[in-house]
Formats: sequence, structure tokens, C-alpha cells
Amino acid sequence: MTAPTYDLGKLHGGLRLLGHKQASTTQSILDVPVPSQLVLPIEQHVGEPAQPVVGVGDYVLKGQLIAEPDGELGAPVHASSSGTVVAIERWPVSRRHGDKAPCIVIECDGKDAAVPDPATTDYQSQAPADLLLRILDGGIVGLGGAVFPTAQKLMQARTCDTEYLILNGVECEPYISCDDVLMRERAPEILTGAQVLMHALQINDCFVVVESDKPEAIRRLGEALAELGDDRIVLKQVPTIYPSGGEDQLVQLVTNREVPSGGLPTDVGCIVQNVGTAAAVHDWILRSEPLISRVTTVTGDGVVSPVNIRARIGTPIEEVIQLAGGYTEHVKHLIIGGPMTGKSVTTDEVPLVKASNCVLAISDTAPKGDELACIRCGDCAAVCPVQLLPQQLFWYACADDEKKLREFGLIDCIECGCCDLVCPSHIPLTADFRIAKGRIRELADEKSRAERARQRFEARNQRLEKEQEEREAELARQKDSARSAGPAAIAEILKRKQQEKKDDSG
Amino acid sequence: MRFERKEAPHWSSQASVASMMLQVLAALVPAAIAHVWFFGPGFIFNLLVAGIFAVAGEAFMMWARRRPLEIALSDYSALVTAALLAFALPSLTPWWVTATGALFGVVVAKHLYGGLGFNIFNPAMAGYVVILVTFPMYLNLWVAPRMGDIDYQHLTIIQTLVFTLTGNLPDALGFDAVTRATPLDVMKSGLNNMATATEIRANPVMGDFGGRGWEWIGNFLAIGGLWLLIKKIIRWQIPVGVGVGLLGPALIMYLVDAGTSPGPGFHLFAGATILCAFFIATDPVSAATSPKGRLIYGIGIGFLIWCIRRWGSYADGVAFAVLIMNMAVPAIDYLTRPRIVGHKEGAAADG
Repeated sequence: MTAPTYDLGKLHGGLRLLGHKQASTTQSILDVPVPSQLVLPIEQHVGEPAQPVVGVGDYVLKGQLIAEPDGELGAPVHASSSGTVVAIERWPVSRRHGDKAPCIVIECDGKDAAVPDPATTDYQSQAPADLLLRILDGGIVGLGGAVFPTAQKLMQARTCDTEYLILNGVECEPYISCDDVLMRERAPEILTGAQVLMHALQINDCFVVVESDKPEAIRRLGEALAELGDDRIVLKQVPTIYPSGGEDQLVQLVTNREVPSGGLPTDVGCIVQNVGTAAAVHDWILRSEPLISRVTTVTGDGVVSPVNIRARIGTPIEEVIQLAGGYTEHVKHLIIGGPMTGKSVTTDEVPLVKASNCVLAISDTAPKGDELACIRCGDCAAVCPVQLLPQQLFWYACADDEKKLREFGLIDCIECGCCDLVCPSHIPLTADFRIAKGRIRELADEKSRAERARQRFEARNQRLEKEQEEREAELARQKDSARSAGPAAIAEILKRKQQEKKDDSG
Repeated sequence: MRFERKEAPHWSSQASVASMMLQVLAALVPAAIAHVWFFGPGFIFNLLVAGIFAVAGEAFMMWARRRPLEIALSDYSALVTAALLAFALPSLTPWWVTATGALFGVVVAKHLYGGLGFNIFNPAMAGYVVILVTFPMYLNLWVAPRMGDIDYQHLTIIQTLVFTLTGNLPDALGFDAVTRATPLDVMKSGLNNMATATEIRANPVMGDFGGRGWEWIGNFLAIGGLWLLIKKIIRWQIPVGVGVGLLGPALIMYLVDAGTSPGPGFHLFAGATILCAFFIATDPVSAATSPKGRLIYGIGIGFLIWCIRRWGSYADGVAFAVLIMNMAVPAIDYLTRPRIVGHKEGAAADG
């Protein structure tokens, strides 16, 4: 059974990369035992960090809410196993800004005692709004790596004219295979999750999109779909080109619609959810299991035997590495995520979080030569999926020319890393663009701060001026009244003053 | 366990400037052999002189600019400049002429503008134009192509070497005995003398399309160029642009008046057309970079070559055409920016 590939939009550029996925997909998903200690960051999602609702010394059960969302955008955090909260402190995590972040540390008792199973209701009888609120309580975030809170994404889509739900099973980044194995092993659950999502969204069209290098996943999904008999769901296969799995890129591929710059897929009637997220929605809505574990690929030439594991959120990476046979001698970098977009960490004490789709241990990957000047070969522009001109952007980034950077679409850069991979001068373009974006944001912040300061300053000046005017007016009024009162009044005042003087000396 | 920090992407580029340049040099090898075959060993001496002075000039400038020497010397770009210059020069060229071109190209056109990546002008063509204005007489010393039925005195290797080193021919020989006008010169002077293109094409230097010998070098250059296209070292827009810009008007004028206008076949295989299309105009640093821009850049070069050949006082116009279009590159690039995905056509990104 093969999924149809016709009727696809076309992506500009992209790269055919070596997959390196074989090694981690030879065996089924391994379950990581409950570790002795769980480290749960309170910020595992886009938005405001969650607020802890437990204190040090509290005993928590598996699935118990330990931090609740704060503000409009956020997601709750649940205990991944039973045990005692031993600390709420800053701990090394995989984040771009800074090394440490507040975490809830749980000493597990090994009983893995769960909160009593609440009665699951039939989701189809629930109103979509109630279902969305229920999804919010599950702590579910986008598991493709972007970790946008799923409930809020769905709620936003409900306010728009959303036509299509697109389930992202593309997984285009090399080495990562957690979605592949999940589709092979849990295809029915993923499709049921899609049905739940469609009910929540009140839409009737869903595409499940898989890249052509995953024939087994496509076969399993096809079988599950045939069994389910839901003709609202259509399986689609896309060519294996990085970065087809980027949200906007996928929308473009599947619907031939371009997500407008700075906009969302919902602007063109689409909402994209990762297949892992759909499975998590299934587990929460039909089994009342909040998001406390995920499938992660542990791979790279830095581990002995690459493997896919299912681990509790909060499991230290070092324990996860053990299941892959430990490190090889030439390991040099540890990356959370894939080789193109993953974040490097300096220690394996960091916990596995909701975003961790891959743990990649690799040997040295330094380029073969020094960084040279750009020779304007334009290969970067040829591979850019957003059709930017990285060679020009690089020039303006060096010159710190904010206006030109905006004009040439730096903000539209998705940081996929394709340009780096073809640059003959070994220029770290993506890293430079990331820095330039940061500076533009800073500048914008500064500008708005300066604008606010200017407004305050002007308001103050106006106020002072007004006060001055009022004072002058008052003075003039007094003078006028004195003048109009005439000599008699002046004599009166003088007399009073003299009297006062006398009193003082007397 | 501790690990080294690193910025994404964690894979690195397999491409390198050095390998690009080496592939360009490799693509020139068949044509170089053909050049030596038809026009004698002078090409090799020119290549050596150009190579030595280009590399020496590069090394000197890197030293003067206090930059690491090995970076510039290991990218082989100076050798590409030297090779292109050698292809542009007649096989009989005294060393100081070649050296002037090579040094000007590398020192002035390349390094005074900031070195590889920052030069506005194509170094080889800048060097060639300097030779054209300082030593114009030496650019006419093309020996007759070595073909069985062309009865001309051919210089030995030693005689050629002596000429390269001293600028003197053996006593018994005059320039007329060993050199001949190039097909483009023959065509230009013939047309100036009111001969028809068909009559001029009866001259023994003319081959099936362009000049004898030249055609074969053109074929080998085209093979090398196609190989570069396949290897994606160059993209199709510039060669196609040059072809369209030159052969388009040539074809139209040929159809209008074949008497005064040589056909597109002649333009293609005469002079440096193919060298320009695949190797000179495609120099990435001095060319336009957007796909549409490259097409326009190529068309501009081709059209200027045709104009100079037709109306100019020089027989060929490749060097001037390339340098003129080099100047237009910033404007072309600015006006041909591709539409960014998610933006409307013609609209600049959010300012």
C-alpha cells in the first residue's frame, strides 16, 4: 500500500540528506525504567513558565499536576512517576538562553503509583469547547520539537476558518526516527487522536503526511486507516527532502498555499499537528494519561547502539544514553534534537523534556577548512526553502544593516541550516542569522523603550508647561484682582504686614 | 560527562572553495591540451608565467595586508585567474606582458578591492584589458593553427621559449612568417573592406563555423563547461544568457543581411565566446547571484560582445563586455530579488 504523492505543491530548494535513520529503527521502542530521580522543568513549552503547585517534601503520584499554566499561553506539568518532591531549583536544561532553568526535582519511590483513574467520557458527546479545555489539562504540547501548547493552538484555529488538519509525520531531519517508529507501532492511536482533534476543531478534512523514506510507517497507517474506515482522513506521501517537515513548508507542500510572512497556517485554513501530539491527545482523552512520557531517538556515532526509547519526561539524559549502550570513545558533542536544528548541551545531566525528540551524540563535525570570504556562488540561495538570498543577508548581517536585513527577509528565515551545508566558504550562516535576528529584536525592544521614554518625556514637558501656564495665569489673575481692588486694598495689605512685624518683634 | 558547545547545524559543508576552483581547472584541461596541439607550446609558457606571477602577487598582497598566506594560496583562485588569462593570450606572448596582466588582475582588481569575494571586477579580464591598452601589439601574435593543409612556419619549443623570455623571434623569421590574423580580425577587416561575410569565410583561417583550430578548442571548452554544469559548480543561467545575448542578435542580423553579418555559428565558435560563457562570465564573485539576475547578466554580456564585435574597434569584446556587466551587478541583484515565500510579488519584506 502506498500513499498518493500526486497533487502536491512544490517547495523551493531544500536538500536531500543522508537519513542515518536505519540504525535506530531496527528494533522496537524500548521502555526506559523509572529513574531514581526526575527533573521536571516548569517551562517545557512556548509561553509563560508554569507555576509549581507542590512544595518541597510533598508526595506526588504519577500523573499528578505539579505545575499549572500561568497566563494565556502555557501548559501544565505532571509528575511522571510517584515520589517525593525534594527540590524546586535551577537545573541544567537544554535551552538556547542560559544553561539553567527552574525545575521540580522528584525522588522516585519506584512504586510508580498513579492518580486514581478518572472516568473517561466519550469525547464525541463532549462539546468542542469542553474538549479543548480537557486537552489543555493534559499538558500536551507540540511534540515535533516546537512545543507550542496544543490546546491554545487548537483554540486559535477554532477562531479562524480552518479547513484542514495536517498530521505531520514527515520527520525530515536526519537521524530522528521517533515519529517513524511511533507510526509503525501506534498507527491506530495516532488516527484516533486525529479524530479527536477533528472533533475539537469541528472540521472534516485531515491529511496524514509521511515522507517517502518510511514505507513501513505508511503501510501501517494505511492498514489502520482501512480498519478505521474514516474517509475524512487521507494519507499522503511527500518526497524525502529536508526541510519538508517544517510547519509552513508542509502546508505549502500539501495544499499549495503559502503561509503569509509573519502569519500562521490558520491564515490559509490549515492547522498542523505532529503525529506524536495526536497520539498524546489519544492517550489523554481516551486513557486519561497526561503527557508524562515520550518517544525519543537516541542515536549518532557517539552512542554504541542507536535506539528509540520511551522515557518519562524528566529522565536525565545520562540514563537514556545507557539504553543505547553508552557512549563511544569519540563522542564530542551532545545534541538535543537533530543535526540540523538541535541544541548542543554541555552536560548529560539535562533532563529529557517534552521537546526532546532526539538525543544525538556525535564525534567531531568541524568543517574541513577555515571560514573564508563569501564568493557569492549562490548555492545557499538555491537551497533556501523560503527563497531568501543568504549571501546578501550575510553581507548585511556583517554590516549590521537592520533596514536591509528586514528588506531581504531575515525574519522569514526558518533557521533550517540548508545554507550552511552547501557553503563552500564554510560560513556559519544560520548561526550568524540567529545572532542578527536577536539583534533586530533587541533593536526593536530598544526602539519601543526609547519610544515610551520619549512619550513620557514629552508628556512630562507638556505637564510642566501646562503647570507653568497655570501658574502664570494665576499670578496674572492675582495681579489683576489687586489692581482692580485699587489703593484701598493695597493700604489694607500694608497695614496687615506692619501689624505682623510688630507682633513678631513684640 | 561534559561536552563541547556547538551552534546548529551540527553537520558541516562538504563543499569547499578549493575544490570548486580545482574542478574549474580540471574542466579546462581538455581545452588546454587542444590549445597546445593547435597553437603550439606557447600556451604552456604563458600559463606558467601567469601562474607564477598571479600566485606571487597573491602571496605579496596577503603579506602586505597581514593576512594568513596559506588561506589565499590554498583556494587556488589565483591559478584560475592565471589559467583564464593564459587562454585569452596569444601563444606568443613575452613574459612581461603576461606578468603585467596577471599582477594587475590579482593585485589591483582582486586584492585592492579586498581579496577573493570582494572584487567587483573579474581579475582575469581586468588583467587582459590592461594588456590590451598597454601592449596592444602583442595581442596580435597568434600563430597559425597547426593543421595539415595550412602551410606556415611553426616555431619549435625552444624558439617559443626564447620568444616568451626575450620577445625576439629567430633571426630568419619575421612576425608575418609565423603569425596570422585571427578569424575575428579577418572578419572585421574584411567587412571594413566591403567584402561580404561569405567571401571572408573562404579565407583559410576559417573553419566550418568559426576559425580552424579555435572550433576544436571551443568544443573542448564546452565539454568542460557542461561537466561543470553537471557538477553544479556553475548554473545554467549565465552560459545560456551569454548564448542568447550574443547569438540572438547575430541570428536576426544574419537573417536580415547575411552579407555583412556573420551567422551565429561563427560568433559561437570564434574568439572567446565559449570560454566566456562557461568560465569567465561564471566567475561567481563578480557575477550576479540571483537566478534571474544571472540570466540578465549573461544576456547583457552576450549582447555587449555582439555590439563590440559589430561596431567596436576591437575584434573581440569579451573582456569589455564582462567588465561592463560587472559594474551592473549590484543593480541587477537588487532588481531581481526572488519573491520570498509568504510574501506578495514585488513587495519588499516588512520594513
